[in-house]
Amino acid sequence: MNEFALIFRNDFHPETGYSPNKLQEIMQQWQVWMGNMASKGQLANSGTRLGGDGKAIKPSNVVTNGPYAEIKEMITGIIVVKAGDINEATEIAKGCPILNAGGSVEVRNIIPIGAN
Amino acid sequence: MQEKELIPYLYRTEFRKITAVLCRSLGIEHISIAEDLVGDTFLLAAETWGLKGIPQNPAAWLYTVAKNKAKDLLKRNTLFSQKISPQIQYATYDKNEIEIDLSVQNIQDSQLQMMFAICYPGIPPEAQIGLSLRILCSFSIDEIADAFLTNKETINKRLYRAKEKLKQDNVKIELPSENEIDKRIENVLTTLYLLFNEGYYSSNNNAVLRKDLCLEAMRLTHMLTENETTNKPAVTALLALMCFHASRFEARVDSDGELILYEDQDISLWNRELILQGERYLNKASTGDYLSKYHWEAAIAYWHTTTNNEKQKWEKILSLYNQLLITEYSPIAALNRTYALSKVYGNEEAIVEAEKLKLDNNHLYHCLLGELYSEVDIQKAIEHLLQALKISRVAADKKVIKNKISKLGKLKNV
Repeated sequence: MNEFALIFRNDFHPETGYSPNKLQEIMQQWQVWMGNMASKGQLANSGTRLGGDGKAIKPSNVVTNGPYAEIKEMITGIIVVKAGDINEATEIAKGCPILNAGGSVEVRNIIPIGAN
Repeated sequence: MQEKELIPYLYRTEFRKITAVLCRSLGIEHISIAEDLVGDTFLLAAETWGLKGIPQNPAAWLYTVAKNKAKDLLKRNTLFSQKISPQIQYATYDKNEIEIDLSVQNIQDSQLQMMFAICYPGIPPEAQIGLSLRILCSFSIDEIADAFLTNKETINKRLYRAKEKLKQDNVKIELPSENEIDKRIENVLTTLYLLFNEGYYSSNNNAVLRKDLCLEAMRLTHMLTENETTNKPAVTALLALMCFHASRFEARVDSDGELILYEDQDISLWNRELILQGERYLNKASTGDYLSKYHWEAAIAYWHTTTNNEKQKWEKILSLYNQLLITEYSPIAALNRTYALSKVYGNEEAIVEAEKLKLDNNHLYHCLLGELYSEVDIQKAIEHLLQALKISRVAADKKVIKNKISKLGKLKNV
């Protein structure tokens, strides 16, 4: 088994414009999706959700607010899954509820510690 | 109680008490001597009581004999110098004044300290669990072998190596320090959790419900809550979990000793007092900044005790199982989670997920599919149940599966 990072991208505040019921529904979809993965032992790391506050530090200690060229591109979270290969990881990513909410998922292979 | 039942009963409850006290008196390097000594005491009890009848206070009889045997052993100079290390020979023991304290308080202290000595990170987890089952829970080597699905020789070797390692590292029989306790207590809790499960989901064919084991596990867990150092939120959460499960003791077996599934239980037999007790513990456990898997499991068990809102109940249970699995994967949690999924989203959706679990060698996996298919495709349901029957090793489970098959068979023929 190899590990792959699923990187989620979406609007700056994806939750704005949703009713509490809709929000609840989205949360539940995420939970079921994550639960489905976890129950198959595919979840290597439940990762972390990222908030909207950001600073970017560039060479010469130039600090800017938010690193985002386009607000759609903001990284909203990351998890790590176990899969045989990148195609299998991509199949897992296809079930991600973010795809129904205007967002996208990027699948990346993880280089094991100690590899060159 | 007849002698035939009394001795195994006393072995279960007293072996570990006397052994813990003797280990503490003799030192960690002499666990095997302590075990043998207590074992001999029980042998003598079996011989003597068979001839002379059961003494008035059988436990006190055992204490006295074990104490005398320990004193004799220490007094016998040859053995003494061979087996007991020279530095403690005269330093610790005045041969005429050997004190083996079998008071309630010292038994309690000794057991608590032994729990932590055994759950020493220097020996592998399965050895810690095995040794705990032996010393703290009076398990026989056979029973430990059963619990680990292996044979006697493997367990004997494993325990021998563990004892050697404890001796070699000169592990102290004492409570760990404040900054070590969180790490060390995890192993202790795993062992107590296994002990409870051994009683609750007994693999022993002769006794469906070994209530005693569950109560012992609860007692040991409770002992941890009584000590300030060991009274951690995860401990209280585990105790809450045990209370919620134990509340269904009376409802989960019928008069013939056969298992009754959760769905078919008579709710009026659930023990309200234990449920309330569990709620109190769960509330108490809600402190600190870390949620153990026992918190999730206790919360799941809590929702199982509720009856007023089925929809809300299963949504909560599903959500908690998701979080439990995200914290820590286990096949059993995955199967139970899929059952909860069927309760919230229906059997067809749950079947799709269940079939991706790939737990073909687990009889409970086929039981689950049998259950899910029984409202969708009876033929498939029966096939899965037959497969479950083929691979199940637990007599009580086999009976439940057979009943289910015959029920479905009748439905099919209508």
